[in-house]
Amino acid sequence: MTVKHHLTDDLLMAYSAGDLPEAVNLIVATHISLCDECRAALGSYDAVGGAVLDTCTTVEMSKASLNTVLDMIHAQDTQVQDKPVSTRIKDDVLPAPLIDYVGGGLENVRWRSAGMGVKQAILPTSKDATARLLYIPAGTAIPDHGHSGLELTLVLKGAFQDEGGYFGRGDIEVASEDLNHTPVADISEDCICLAVTDAPLKFKGLVPRIAQPFLGI
Amino acid sequence: MRDSGGMGANGTDILTAGMTNDVVPWVDDLIAVRDARDEGAFIRVFGHFGPRVKAFLMRTGMDAALAEECAQEVLVTVWNKAHLYDATRASPSTWIFTIARNKKIDVLRKQRRPEPEDLPWGPESEPDQEAVIGLQQESEKLGRALRDLPEKQRELIEKAYFGDLSHSEIADQTGLPLGTIKSRIRLALERLRHSMK
Ligand SMILES: [Zn+2]
Repeated sequence: MTVKHHLTDDLLMAYSAGDLPEAVNLIVATHISLCDECRAALGSYDAVGGAVLDTCTTVEMSKASLNTVLDMIHAQDTQVQDKPVSTRIKDDVLPAPLIDYVGGGLENVRWRSAGMGVKQAILPTSKDATARLLYIPAGTAIPDHGHSGLELTLVLKGAFQDEGGYFGRGDIEVASEDLNHTPVADISEDCICLAVTDAPLKFKGLVPRIAQPFLGI
Repeated sequence: MRDSGGMGANGTDILTAGMTNDVVPWVDDLIAVRDARDEGAFIRVFGHFGPRVKAFLMRTGMDAALAEECAQEVLVTVWNKAHLYDATRASPSTWIFTIARNKKIDVLRKQRRPEPEDLPWGPESEPDQEAVIGLQQESEKLGRALRDLPEKQRELIEKAYFGDLSHSEIADQTGLPLGTIKSRIRLALERLRHSMK
């Protein structure tokens, strides 16, 4: 694996604790699908959660609870379990968590033109943050610009380069509010990214950094 | 005393010499649930973890009745998803914590929880016993380290996991020895990737 740009510790811990908006969970889960370094780091934060569970005081379960649970497992063992879409479909670009949100592989993404050859598709998550797939034509240079709030950009295909470095498949850029830079999509092929913004749903915050200039803002 | 034997379906004794139930509690029972669908082992897991999961869920803001119902569902998930339990990557407490956490997100936030792509593993990737023991011992060490933290710091970490706190400042300064457990899990993943090739 050649992932060079990783999740931050605070994102990993918050994902482990379960305190992130759905769209942020989605990009964290997608990066971890492509990065064993962060998968292991998440394992260590989950272990902290396990230790917290261990040190919890106990609250007695109701008398009937064991029988209720045994009845449930007996009833379920004979049922066919629903499997998520991702266990049936494999895709070279979309890891399993994205397949579940797209409802299939890359050919199932419902792209909408955002102008200048850029396309985007917003994924169905809760409204406290927004996740979108972005399609950026090869070799496209993007002028200097700032952005607001948390912005996470994960490369799924192709690459882009900016002052933060070179971002290839699996790399995630965690952009701070004051970052001002010039991303350039790699010339060799079109770039597909997953971008997540946590800003509220107002127009400026809605548009991911990398596409902002194309959207005429 | 428990006497579950610690036998996996393929006959390997997970609890080898030098490793007692005091060092790695519940691994053998969870593996018996996983490999042999052993209801006796499941009942022991239920007896130990049910009251802890219920307490955990109440700390995240559920009332007693809801926490009871959700704790029951968490234990049903333990039974249904036991085939996903990998003792080289998580202690039983860690694994059951992740199920309880997902239940919390499902019920309190009313959201789906996107999970990373599963790493397939099965009988063909024989678990390395040394790796199992090492990971479990490291988890015990982490638990002791958490209990030994100064009260204020321990409360801060607990609050982050119960969801009463945003944690941007906590992550880098938990004061917990996460480096070794992380490298153990990293090794387990490398072994897994290797065996999948
Ligand atoms: Zn990573």
